Amino acid sequence: MILNITAVVPENVIIFSKLILVLPFLSFLLLGITGISKFKNYSGIIGITSMLITFVLSAMVAFKYFFNFGKAEDVFQKILIYKKEWLSFSENISIDMGILIDPISVMMIVVVSFVSLMVHIYSAWYMKGDKRIKVYYSFLSLFTFSMLGLVLASNLFQMYVFWELVGVSSFLLIGYYYDKPQAVAAAKKAFIVTRFADLGFLIGILILSYYSQSLDFITTIDRLTSESEFYNNSIAASFIGISALTWALVLIFVGGAGKSAMFPLHIWLPDAMEGPTPVSALIHAATMVVAGVFLVARLFPVYALSSYGALNVVAFTGIFTSLFAALIACTQTDIKRVLAYSTISQIGFMIFSLGISGIGGENGHGYMASMFHLFTHAMFKALLFLGAGAVIHYIHSNEMKDMGGLRKTMPFTNLCFLVACLAIAGIPPFSGFFSKEEILAAAWQSNKTIFFAALFTAFLTAFYMFRLYFKIFWYIEPLKAKAKSEGNLYMIIPLSLLAFLSIFAGFVPFNKIITSDGKAFESSFHFTFSLLPIAVAVTGILISLYLFKSKNNKPAIISSTFGSLIKTVRNKFYIDELYIFITQKVIFSLISKPSTWIDKNIVDGAVNITGNATQTFSEKIKKIQSGNTQNYAFWYISALIILIVIFTYMYY
Amino acid sequence: MITNLSALIIIPLLFILLLLFSKDKLLIKKISLFGAIVQLIYIIFILIAYINQSHKEDFTFINSFSWFKSLNIDYITGIDGISISMLLMTSVVVLAGILVSWKIDFRVKEFFILLYLLSTGAYGFFISLDLFLMFFFLELAVIPKYLLIAIWGSGKKEYSAMKLALMLMTGSALILIGILILYFDTQLHTFNILKLTETDIPVETQRISFPLIFVGFGIFTALFPFHTWVPDGHSSAPTAASMFLAGISMKLGGYGCLRVAAFLMPEATIEYSKIIILLAVIAIFYGALATLMQKDLKYMNAYSSVSHCGFILLGIGMLNQTSINGAVIQMISHGIMTALFFASIGMIYERTHTRKIEELGGVIKSMPFIGSVFMIAGLCSLGLPGLSGFVAEMTIFIGAWQNDGIFYRISTIISCASIVITAVYILRASGKAITGPVKNSEFLKLKDATIAEKTASVLLVAVILIIGFTPFLLINLINDDTFIISQNFLKVLSSK
Repeated sequence: MILNITAVVPENVIIFSKLILVLPFLSFLLLGITGISKFKNYSGIIGITSMLITFVLSAMVAFKYFFNFGKAEDVFQKILIYKKEWLSFSENISIDMGILIDPISVMMIVVVSFVSLMVHIYSAWYMKGDKRIKVYYSFLSLFTFSMLGLVLASNLFQMYVFWELVGVSSFLLIGYYYDKPQAVAAAKKAFIVTRFADLGFLIGILILSYYSQSLDFITTIDRLTSESEFYNNSIAASFIGISALTWALVLIFVGGAGKSAMFPLHIWLPDAMEGPTPVSALIHAATMVVAGVFLVARLFPVYALSSYGALNVVAFTGIFTSLFAALIACTQTDIKRVLAYSTISQIGFMIFSLGISGIGGENGHGYMASMFHLFTHAMFKALLFLGAGAVIHYIHSNEMKDMGGLRKTMPFTNLCFLVACLAIAGIPPFSGFFSKEEILAAAWQSNKTIFFAALFTAFLTAFYMFRLYFKIFWYIEPLKAKAKSEGNLYMIIPLSLLAFLSIFAGFVPFNKIITSDGKAFESSFHFTFSLLPIAVAVTGILISLYLFKSKNNKPAIISSTFGSLIKTVRNKFYIDELYIFITQKVIFSLISKPSTWIDKNIVDGAVNITGNATQTFSEKIKKIQSGNTQNYAFWYISALIILIVIFTYMYY
Repeated sequence: MITNLSALIIIPLLFILLLLFSKDKLLIKKISLFGAIVQLIYIIFILIAYINQSHKEDFTFINSFSWFKSLNIDYITGIDGISISMLLMTSVVVLAGILVSWKIDFRVKEFFILLYLLSTGAYGFFISLDLFLMFFFLELAVIPKYLLIAIWGSGKKEYSAMKLALMLMTGSALILIGILILYFDTQLHTFNILKLTETDIPVETQRISFPLIFVGFGIFTALFPFHTWVPDGHSSAPTAASMFLAGISMKLGGYGCLRVAAFLMPEATIEYSKIIILLAVIAIFYGALATLMQKDLKYMNAYSSVSHCGFILLGIGMLNQTSINGAVIQMISHGIMTALFFASIGMIYERTHTRKIEELGGVIKSMPFIGSVFMIAGLCSLGLPGLSGFVAEMTIFIGAWQNDGIFYRISTIISCASIVITAVYILRASGKAITGPVKNSEFLKLKDATIAEKTASVLLVAVILIIGFTPFLLINLINDDTFIISQNFLKVLSSK
């Protein structure tokens, strides 16, 4: 690959990108560790300020990268701008703390810092009056730091480090309301499920590091995509007929699938909605859950050039999850859960889009589309969550049955929500239309089955999103009186900015800047092709309109017609129950309990028996030591005689 | 002069003398605290001197004279990077242990004297370069444990104390036989480690001696199936004794396995390595599974210690420098982390008078500091990056993976899987006991940690963070010495 031409990096970009990591960490330290209660009232300001600066710096780095120094010979470069050895394992293998910038990491820092900034601002309104606000902001800062570290990582293991940190910040924030048992349970579930997936990631890293003898992204990718001894060894070694390299990539993808809530590891995400809503917007919609997409994109050359099998796993996991989650989303009644399943479904889009992509020019269409969708999705999904947060804040309930007719009382939220729904449904010219269009086009070129499945998912998406929209804002007669205000400036600013981007983010020319090989290509965009997806989306919206615009019994009739089918879907295909069965019945009862029993009764039992036996034995033999001289003499002489007899036998 | 290692033994002994003559309870505590601080500072001095020395040899600051001339037993002390890091860990745990014992009110003088004796044994053990001297200090560290548990303990304390003492004594007996075999089967008739490294110990001798010494030290570090003293002993012991037991005493075993068994007898280590790995993996995985079912916080941490100490043996059994580095880091990391865990459990127990997970709940609401400390210890235990446990475990995993072969691969994967189980039991316990709804409204009236407890916790957390954030400092300290050990293995392996 020709990615090793070093571009000249301006000095200030190096400083900026370091600051991007340092600032959120400092604000975490300032808010979290220093127990000075003086800061309590300023925690919002501290958090917002540091995030604002971080965002500005990210934007500047992005601007400079794309327009100034990033290109060399018309190709966007992967540039390692900082590296320090952190934990050295052996000569070649070490965890380095470094900063790697390339189109995707630059795009991600902008997305992460922007959404994080919006959520920081919004939280000042949403979390107002919370006693532990300082802790809340410090966790948010910790999350932002970890996420930025993850996307800027220059080393596979460095990514794993931040990957875990992201996981723990998510855990802390889901369980923020720590006296709510559901929140604690959800936090635990999220952490354990992702931890389980991370086991795959870890073993994948171990395999990869063994064969490539490096953990550095640039070196690893280089070694495993070219005809080198490293590559040959990793292909030659195999386990049950599958090459070591494929194993490594599949296992790494398992880690990604855990974070990105892909089937069957998706079960934690809907429960994670127990966390405060701004947190859901930031972590469980826009940023952390796309880490899996980012991971595959980061190692994409290895997937695409060296392991067709692993890439197929990615593609089919993606499309299946996408369809599966969309079906469930149609039946949920908790508005945050609908959004959660919708997130799973949309991430499925990004994942399969990577899975069907090749590398280089037109072949890399899927890759570009995936990154594009990641970008637009972050905007409109964050907007949806923040909008849902406003509704929840107003109604004090998550359930659809408590809502309806809010369009008059919450006009601003209504407008923002509508924009986001149109964007996710894929109606032009909203942003989601463009990115989804690219994905569908890429799917059309590579795999027709996936294309039609995706098209059907797009239809479901339009349907359930507008079901949600109508159920919240229409359904019943609008309440006329505006009882209380929707929110203050802290709520209006982020929603407006996100709404603006949800409309216009689709005009960013991704095919020019973020491509699989760094070179710009012409996207084959035909309006005739778009007609079908648009028609599908509109159909979905119209069906929703027909069913949910006002209160009627049509939905009830439909659900009674498909009774047990809908029940299965509503119960999320009983996947949670399956997990509970496996963990409780199999692991706890069949493995863990017996091992505890064995430890208590057999291993420790043996110790006790030894102890008791010694005691009994000594009780018996203590009679021998009677202190009676005649006794001793008797034993002495008997033994002597026996010995004489033995010796006589032996020698004669 | 400043680097005379014997001072490490003399300082605690002097303070014991001082304690003997003081009557006032508060004064006793203050003297103990002062002594621990002096010791810590002195060890830091030695560390600085060690880092600054110009020429690096295997062992430095050697100080020796003949002890029992007729038997050729030397008093010889010296340190390398591994032992200095162990010393530092010990002194930190000792200081923290004394701080959390501030509220002890029963037989104060005896309590602190016993703690001091225990620590003297540990300091002496880590600086000894003579097998007999090492054995002597190892024994010195065992006796106080019995008394600490039997007198100040809780629950079925006599049973636990007896079990612990007997099992550890069995270990010592095995070690003694092992080193006597080494003594008589080598030409030199010496216990001196420096001399023993220079002679080639016959492979036949190693085959007999190694299992004895390894199992003997293994009992100290909870080698499966000799780990059963750990749960009972730890849970009956008073807080400081639990901290010393898990933090320091179990590390005597790990250090002994490394310094005596693996370092002196590389051929036998290689021959027995698969058995070591097998036992280590059983301890890791099965210990973790057994932890899942525990209902008492102290039992939970005791079983998790079994699991975590398995990593030390795994690192040694994998025979390469990376894995041995990991084993050493794990010793230090686990020492500090488990001390922190026991400290926080002790603080919770002292206030709520229960350690049952079911009976606790919402502790963090009234005691945010203690709750957070428990969480930090838990996160360290489950290997969160930025804390010391991550560094240790990952180093061991990477090292373990360098051995090609299906047996090693499966062992490594099973060990990796244990970190998921660790996450399950830690989060289960913290979710029920620390967070969650407040179980008992009495808990809301409880006071958070005192200054002494806070200082102890902050000290331990600081060390966890230092190792977690700047692992390269520790690695640089021990790298040269683990290199020598791994080089021994390499030589043997390449000569085959």
